[in-house]
Amino acid sequence: MGRKKTFALDYHLMLAPGILLLVLFSVVPMFGIVIAFQQYSPGRGIFHSEWTGLDNIRYMFQLRDSGLIFRNTLFIAIMKIVGNLAVPIVFALLLNELRMRLFKRIVQTVVYLPHFLSWVILAGILTDILGYKGLVNQLLSVFDIEPILFFASNKWFPAILIGSEVWKEFGFNTIVFLAALAGISPALYEAAALDGAGRWQRLRHVTLPGMIPVIVLLATLGLGNVLNAGFDQVFNLYNPVVYESGDIIDTYVYRSGLMDAQYGLATAVGLLKSVVSFVLIICSYVLASRFANYRIF
Amino acid sequence: MMKSHSLSDKLADGLIALVLGGAALLSLYPIWYTVAVSLSSSAAAAGGLVKLWPVQFTLQAYRTIMDDPAFFRAFGVSLQRVGLGALINFVLTVLMAYPLSKSAAQFSGRNVYMWFVVFTMLFSGGLIPWYLTIKEYELLNTIWALVLPGAVPVFNVILTVNFFRSLPRELEEAGYMDGAGPWYVLWNIFVPLSAPVLATVTLFSIVGHWNSFFDGLILISNPEKYPLQTYVQQMVVRFSTESMTPDQLKNLGELSNRTLNAAKIFVTMLPVLLIYPFLQRFFIHGIMLGSVKE
Repeated sequence: MGRKKTFALDYHLMLAPGILLLVLFSVVPMFGIVIAFQQYSPGRGIFHSEWTGLDNIRYMFQLRDSGLIFRNTLFIAIMKIVGNLAVPIVFALLLNELRMRLFKRIVQTVVYLPHFLSWVILAGILTDILGYKGLVNQLLSVFDIEPILFFASNKWFPAILIGSEVWKEFGFNTIVFLAALAGISPALYEAAALDGAGRWQRLRHVTLPGMIPVIVLLATLGLGNVLNAGFDQVFNLYNPVVYESGDIIDTYVYRSGLMDAQYGLATAVGLLKSVVSFVLIICSYVLASRFANYRIF
Repeated sequence: MMKSHSLSDKLADGLIALVLGGAALLSLYPIWYTVAVSLSSSAAAAGGLVKLWPVQFTLQAYRTIMDDPAFFRAFGVSLQRVGLGALINFVLTVLMAYPLSKSAAQFSGRNVYMWFVVFTMLFSGGLIPWYLTIKEYELLNTIWALVLPGAVPVFNVILTVNFFRSLPRELEEAGYMDGAGPWYVLWNIFVPLSAPVLATVTLFSIVGHWNSFFDGLILISNPEKYPLQTYVQQMVVRFSTESMTPDQLKNLGELSNRTLNAAKIFVTMLPVLLIYPFLQRFFIHGIMLGSVKE
């Protein structure tokens, strides 16, 4: 017993540096949330700024932009969640049907790559390809279509965000579905084949049912992301012309807080997002553990 | 019964291969195109002549980068943050994962710590308080602002905890029998046995550090201390997306130097491309290993 006690001390010591850093850089900022209820001024600091109660929150709800930003965020995020599920599922099913081993391996290697590139890089590439004189407009001109200003069009901009996100992530998101497919017992396929099931019937009655649990699980976990429309991507692609369709909560917080120095308002908007996201994540974990037996730790 | 190898089946196979091959090309082409532009003459690139191969091949853009001290300085800052940041991430991941992999019976504080760590992952004070805190610590404009706030990669810790838990208990007990302490067991038994998972999470944190631009943008105000992604964001991307009027957007192709931008973009992604084969080898395996549950 005495020995175990010494170990406990060792364990506390091992955890100490990490916990200290989490306290300094995650917990201390949480106390900064009080700025949302202040007329914060950098000169006076957090302890001497004037308290204004719920003024910032009230102001936030009165802003004409808030509804727009909230709608943009929800729309872009939800479409991304749907696309990031649907495309990888189809892609995994197709890969699964492919019989050529080497070809399969090459395809997999290539499609994972964009996941590891930053949005800075990809935005640099996208703005060139989709630019006024870019590749896409050159292609369109072959069909006598007038060049489109993709990054100045509120019609096209959300589609570009969703499309490029799915393009970047579909390969990587396929991995988890391929794992699920690998987990389906070969005996089921053999039984189905014995019963005379063709390729399409095996897909419908064996493969798809085998994937349902993973699909449900990932859709549930996606719930925690409905307010994450992807700051890095939007920030690197948007401009004032497309604020109307592309401005999201995170970019708004950045501009109002760090550019316009409206600390109180920006903190309030950020706080609302943090709280709602936190509640949604907890809900999704509860649902996931109840229905899919999933636990993250 | 042999109908499954009929003509329509072969047709389906061909169609599937076509779709998959198309998707692979679609994933690769934008990157390839950037390389082709970077190796073309400015005139050819500005005239939109480049499609698949470099037109009027030249290394001029890369020569210009070579003469740009700001680019190299930013590259150096990025290397520095990757080295320092990934090292800190690795040490903290290992140190935290080991005690957290114990059961509550073996280490009574375990659950409290675990809840705390997960809570910090799920809830945050938001951007403004985070920024003001780091400012208050007087870390702005130092390399520490880029490595300390993300020093504990909670997701990596959880993956590693799950892997540690899947290792046989007997190994550890044998170590204790021989009189070894927990520190020895961790570094000499657990760490070597967990090489695939630790390699995976370390590669993830290397790529993460290399790719992040936003912390460099708001926490570093001196452009001479920008990491590479922030530098590229400011020099290449900002100018192409922040233009105000549609007319300015239209003229962008002529104003900006496409070949030079393409070369900068390619050099910036090059380190990721270089470690990609290793990443590829480890991550699928590593992710699966880390998600093993008891």
